[in-house]
Amino acid sequence: MEEKLAQPDPPWILGNKSLTQVTSDVCAPLERRGTMLWWSAFLVSSCFLALGIVAVTYQMLTGIGTWGLNRTVGWAFDITNFVFWIGIGHAGTLISAILLLFRQKWRNSINRSAEAMTIFAVICAGLFPVIHMGRAWLFYWMVPYPNERGSLWINFRSPLVWDFFAISTYFLISLVFWYIGLVPDLATLRDRTRPGLYRRFLSFFSLGWNGSGRTWHRYEILYLLLAGLATPLVVSVHSVVSTDFAASLLPGWHTTLFPPYFVTGAIFSGLAMVLTLMLIARKVMHLEDYITPRHVNSMTKLVLATGSLVGLAYLTEVFTALYSGNTFEHANLVNRIGGPLAWGYWLMVACNVLVPQLFWLPRIRANLGVVFLLSILINLGMWFERFIIIVTSLERDFLPSSWADYAPTSIEIATLLGSFGLFFTCFLLFCRFLPMIAIAEVKTILVRPKEEAKS
Amino acid sequence: MNQQIIFATFEREEDLLRAAERARQEGWLIRDTYSPYPVHGADRALGLKRSRLPRAALFFGVLGLGLAFWFQFWVSAIDWPINVGGRPWNSLPAFVPVAFEMMVLCSGLGVALTWLIVCRLYPGKKSPQPSERVTDDRFVLEIEPEGSASGAEKVRQLFQDCNAFAVEEKRG
Repeated sequence: MEEKLAQPDPPWILGNKSLTQVTSDVCAPLERRGTMLWWSAFLVSSCFLALGIVAVTYQMLTGIGTWGLNRTVGWAFDITNFVFWIGIGHAGTLISAILLLFRQKWRNSINRSAEAMTIFAVICAGLFPVIHMGRAWLFYWMVPYPNERGSLWINFRSPLVWDFFAISTYFLISLVFWYIGLVPDLATLRDRTRPGLYRRFLSFFSLGWNGSGRTWHRYEILYLLLAGLATPLVVSVHSVVSTDFAASLLPGWHTTLFPPYFVTGAIFSGLAMVLTLMLIARKVMHLEDYITPRHVNSMTKLVLATGSLVGLAYLTEVFTALYSGNTFEHANLVNRIGGPLAWGYWLMVACNVLVPQLFWLPRIRANLGVVFLLSILINLGMWFERFIIIVTSLERDFLPSSWADYAPTSIEIATLLGSFGLFFTCFLLFCRFLPMIAIAEVKTILVRPKEEAKS
Repeated sequence: MNQQIIFATFEREEDLLRAAERARQEGWLIRDTYSPYPVHGADRALGLKRSRLPRAALFFGVLGLGLAFWFQFWVSAIDWPINVGGRPWNSLPAFVPVAFEMMVLCSGLGVALTWLIVCRLYPGKKSPQPSERVTDDRFVLEIEPEGSASGAEKVRQLFQDCNAFAVEEKRG
């Protein structure tokens, strides 16, 4: 045991890289032709995207009667997907902002792609409420602008309006944070790219960055400020999303547990998605020296912590329902764990509570193949969590005469697949055209020979 | 602006910092440093004061918060009061989430714009750069020897002492 402790941890970046090696390693995938693997992934994801576009166009032209909703279950697939995608985004902000404030150096290898994941996930999430409006072309009615309807304003007392503001803010701040982080790297890329269209694009967006010490000085302050501003967003955005449910009076929704429950669930699901993406990206983009087993180890510990919190939230939900003495809460609980969707509830418990407990074992954390598999199971479980929360509270109404069942139609499933297509298409394009590792930030954590420096 | 500038290229951060520290002690005017990543200590050598960007962030945040509260109050209680579930016209607690989000949004966008303005960065700008490699793996220190030929010689010597990879001069 003591021998084990005496061994120092391996450095975060393997291979004893020099500064210029970091630059060329990260830029390499952008400078060579796309590999077969990349093209096949791109082809598959754009097919899914095309399927989604067809499905959305069809439901726009026909109306959202094409969905499997009924008078009792008025929210189901669409809102599930919305909450699922917005949750995915939260881990990106946690990694880029909160871990920056806690000075966790390992985040420097993964923050860029995690932030990109956030942005694409929020785009996917934002599409669903817009589609749900039915008349998507009137989506701008959500914005409080002086209008010809007597200036009929939006209702600021409605959680749905809070949601609109929370999601828009989240998207814009994430985008600015990501872009500011990209500027120095775009300049690095600009300076090694041959003159041409791509270089012109890079020099436009790199804002004339030249690595000046005065600019770096202010840049670091700005970066910290944006991190400080993004941190409360991690907590507030999903809390606001949860008020869509918690501010209603339905048993199973109307609880004060919802905001923290949603936030931990969001971070948990997002971390699982980051793991899924990282484990693919390090292989496909040959970044094994930058995203190391030690990074995966740290990530899985976070997954374990948040997964246990999610388990605690499930238990609290059951306890509160039993302790409340409220007939409707009891009935809802019984329906969740033993009703028509009980299989979904237990699948969710298995994937979200039991699966992450495997990460207590160092052997499992070190086996990247198993970690990949478990991360996909967690993604699946977290999708089911939202589906179960939404549908089981609605399907058994206060009046048994209005009880109904819900099953998604092919159009709804195609829309979900389409959103995955959009997400992966965006992510693959990002991997191909922008540096997916923060070059400047990784350079700050390289281990440099110290003795030599002192001489 | 036609000042003689002597600049040295270094291969290591430590050499840049050493040269900058010595130049500061000897009283030379350091024009700027260039590096591929933020070098801690370079700000001290440049004699930079604490940035006032946090104040800008506070200003825009307070502005966003105030405007959002005022606007929601004006819309819901003055311009067109609507009874929603018997809540009072001025249902202040319900206005908190939107006001909070607007505070974060205004603060973030405001401080980012302020940064662009104070650093004079804008899309498509062409900045002079001592070497294309400062965004890759080189560190550059620029000193103005203030005209005298002997000064220029001393600066060159200083750079040589600190393992400079190359010492060049330009007018700027």
